Amino acid sequence: AAGPGSAAMSLGGTLSILRSDSYAELSQYRDQHFRGTRYDQERLLRKSCTLYVGNLSFYTTEEQIHELFGKSGDIKKVIMGLDKVKKTACGFCFVEYYARGDAENAMRYINGTRLDDRIIRTDWDAGFKEGRQYGRGRSGGQVRDEYRQDYDAGRGGYGKTVQ
Amino acid sequence: AGQPHKRRRTSEPSEIEERLESLICRVGEKSNSSLESNLEGLAGVLEADLPNYKSKILRILCTVARLLPEKLTVYTTLVGLLNARNYNFGGEFVEAMIRQLKECLKVNMYNEAVHLVRFLSDLVNCHVIAAPSMVAMFENFVSVTQEEDVPQVRCDWYMFAFLSSLPWVGKELYEKKDAEMDRLLSQTESYLKRRQKIHVPMLQVWTADKPHPQEEYLDCLWSQIQKLKKDRWQERHILRPYLAFDSVLCEALQHNLPPFTPPPHTEDSVYPMPRVIFRMFDYTDDPEGPVMPGSHSVERFVIEENLHCIIKSHWKERKTCAAQLLSYPGNNKIPLNYHIVEVIFAELFQLPSPPHIEVMYTTLLIELCKLQPGSLPQVLAQATEMLYMRLDTMNTTCVDRFINWFSHHLSNFQFRWSWEDWSDCLTQDLEKPKPKFVREVLEKCMRLSYHQRIIDIVPASFSVLSPANPVCIYKYGDESNRSLPGYTVALCLTIAIKNKASNDEIFSILKDVPNPNQDDDDGEGFTFNPLKIEVFVQTLLHLAAKSFSHSFSALAKFHEVFKTLAESDEGKLHVLRVVYEVWKNHPQMIAVLVDKMIRTQIVDCAAVANWIFSSELAHDFTRFYIWEILHSTIRKMNKHVLKIHKELEETKARLARQHKRRDSDDDDDDDDRSTDREDGPLEEQIERLQEKVESAQSEQKNLFLVIFQRFIMLLTEHLVRCETGGIDVFTPWYKSCIERLQQIFLQHHQIIQQYMVTLENLLFTAELDHHILAVFQQFCALQA
Repeated sequence: AAGPGSAAMSLGGTLSILRSDSYAELSQYRDQHFRGTRYDQERLLRKSCTLYVGNLSFYTTEEQIHELFGKSGDIKKVIMGLDKVKKTACGFCFVEYYARGDAENAMRYINGTRLDDRIIRTDWDAGFKEGRQYGRGRSGGQVRDEYRQDYDAGRGGYGKTVQ
Repeated sequence: AGQPHKRRRTSEPSEIEERLESLICRVGEKSNSSLESNLEGLAGVLEADLPNYKSKILRILCTVARLLPEKLTVYTTLVGLLNARNYNFGGEFVEAMIRQLKECLKVNMYNEAVHLVRFLSDLVNCHVIAAPSMVAMFENFVSVTQEEDVPQVRCDWYMFAFLSSLPWVGKELYEKKDAEMDRLLSQTESYLKRRQKIHVPMLQVWTADKPHPQEEYLDCLWSQIQKLKKDRWQERHILRPYLAFDSVLCEALQHNLPPFTPPPHTEDSVYPMPRVIFRMFDYTDDPEGPVMPGSHSVERFVIEENLHCIIKSHWKERKTCAAQLLSYPGNNKIPLNYHIVEVIFAELFQLPSPPHIEVMYTTLLIELCKLQPGSLPQVLAQATEMLYMRLDTMNTTCVDRFINWFSHHLSNFQFRWSWEDWSDCLTQDLEKPKPKFVREVLEKCMRLSYHQRIIDIVPASFSVLSPANPVCIYKYGDESNRSLPGYTVALCLTIAIKNKASNDEIFSILKDVPNPNQDDDDGEGFTFNPLKIEVFVQTLLHLAAKSFSHSFSALAKFHEVFKTLAESDEGKLHVLRVVYEVWKNHPQMIAVLVDKMIRTQIVDCAAVANWIFSSELAHDFTRFYIWEILHSTIRKMNKHVLKIHKELEETKARLARQHKRRDSDDDDDDDDRSTDREDGPLEEQIERLQEKVESAQSEQKNLFLVIFQRFIMLLTEHLVRCETGGIDVFTPWYKSCIERLQQIFLQHHQIIQQYMVTLENLLFTAELDHHILAVFQQFCALQA
């Protein structure tokens, strides 16, 4: 085990190639509905313990999400994403951890792996607010399912416009 | 996309430092020229930069020596070239390294200190350091074994630092100072003979010596060095770029290491724990590929060290880590995939804990499979098969990790596996390790998917091992149960809750529930009424059964009722019992409910510990989920203590800052009179927090004592029963139980160290059965 951080500093610090942590960095995505400045949003993203999880199957349950994301630490809350009209799962969720370090590990090791046979994607979230559990697509689900051209059995078949 | 910031005046030098660091760290990468010519070029660049950036270059090179041990010989060559061009710089570098080594030892950074020692020793090969002075340093290291009243782990470290440098420099040192080296080696031998190894059984992944002995790490290294000596120190695996520069380097003047006295042992010294070397492969496992170096060959040691170092360097970047592992040099001369898989499992199964979070290894293996789809999955399958075959002697904690890894891995590959190959487990007693393993794996697979999926993926013959359908069991659900006491109240409650009743309404409904313990009624306020608890908890959990979120909402909404019903210790225990009765088919639900109840203080940690050891849970005692719950409970307790402690320290710091401000503002017009007023409340806060910390620490100690006590009772019962019945002690249950006790010690060793005196005097006394006492003694030996 490494010694305390302050000792590492007196020893000449570390090397930037070893500091690289690309999986835990912020992505380019910024929530357009966020209330506040870009700066506010980024500040919140950098200290957030909440992850957005996307590309879930509509049939993936809270229990499955809890089991998978529990591998990187204790989960405080899972909030399932819902179709605004039908109030059924529409393929995304939020996972909130007690500690940011646990969320970072989820970004490093659970992002880009499979849940229900689908590669899921995680990203930092500025924090859950009431209303954000609903899809923002015209039909009630997620925007990506509005215009999708391909057939996805786990996400209601064809995109809404195709349907 | 960040915030725009002003261009700082100091940006130029730091840019140069970044450039230098990058040049040095990436030397040889992505280049069409050879490593040697890259090193030559870099040496030229750095030599030219020395007049202006010497201290930065020194810092970078020292840091690289400490943090990139997998590229040791690349950087010793670089230092060798620089020393040949600039003798003074070489001297300053050696001095800086010695300073760094002393600093590392002072702050207990022993793993990094080993890298520094190895670097220094390889500098002998680069003509930077004179061999006799290196031997002298090693003589001081080995003489630590003569110190009296020091922990064995201290002597171990100095011995390890000496021995583990010999693959790099043994030949050169022996050529220059054979008599001294022989003396050192003979002192080593006698130390290794007399050191105690009580700790070994606690750290072995397998208790069996076949097919590969699980050796203590110093014993293994000693065998490797002895073999190296027998081979006249010929070592052919390590890449040595300095050989190409021999003509230049041998012209260089060498430096003598200053005499190095190992810093004395202090109370604050914490040395690395001993290890057992994990071996699962040998040359017979890959008959068609290159020959795997034997377990006592020094090549094996070097390969494993380097692969472990690569993981340590790149654990956060899984793609880089996988790529770096697969591009380890010597690819066609060694069965690299086998080495990689063995090293990864060595870390995953390491006792007490893996160096990194378990899930990292699962994802790393998946990345490796992606990069080598034609070969690595087969090695991994072979490894899985071997691990399965050896389950009978695998440590229970390691089996836990195997279960977690395998189920998670399968969930990424559509659960495809040749289950029929494991049909042998179907004829065994379900408590035996193999069928137990398959059951637990299938249960975990279900958690990551759903019940029907698991039924579909296994052959019909495996249904006996398939997990139960995770449905809730509501005892008041059926009309046929209407004769049960409390049935009508349950119906009443159900209607009330569906109609959004308040806590008060619930209380009044529950008033009608008779108390089967009527005679125990102490007449004061709320007494423990198990039937009330049963009716309420059964009904509520049944109504909220739909999902975790529903259940959590229920716990939150009726928190007041829970707190009141579970006020006494018996109440808490009974709540847990009812939760189990309702959800025994859904262990995952039990775990999350227990977690929530602890966090909302409906039950406390001691109640959970007592519940786990209660007779009602005896049937599930060896199931994995029980131990997940217990360890999660202990972790919550530990985090709670740390949190309050941190709060206390922060408040003390605030008070100190306040005093400082007041002292420095004494002469000024202090507008802020509030500092005087703030002092009182802060001091009160500190007092309160101090009490809180003490109470939390006492609760924490009590938790461990309860757990140890219950283990001792349970194990003693079993041992006595076996002795009087004349049956073999070593049943599958016993193996599981004694290893679970070991697991408590290992997983929480830092906290438990605080209780050694109490444990020795109160619980693990000489009267205890030697089977149980041995576990305690092994634990004591870990830091002895």
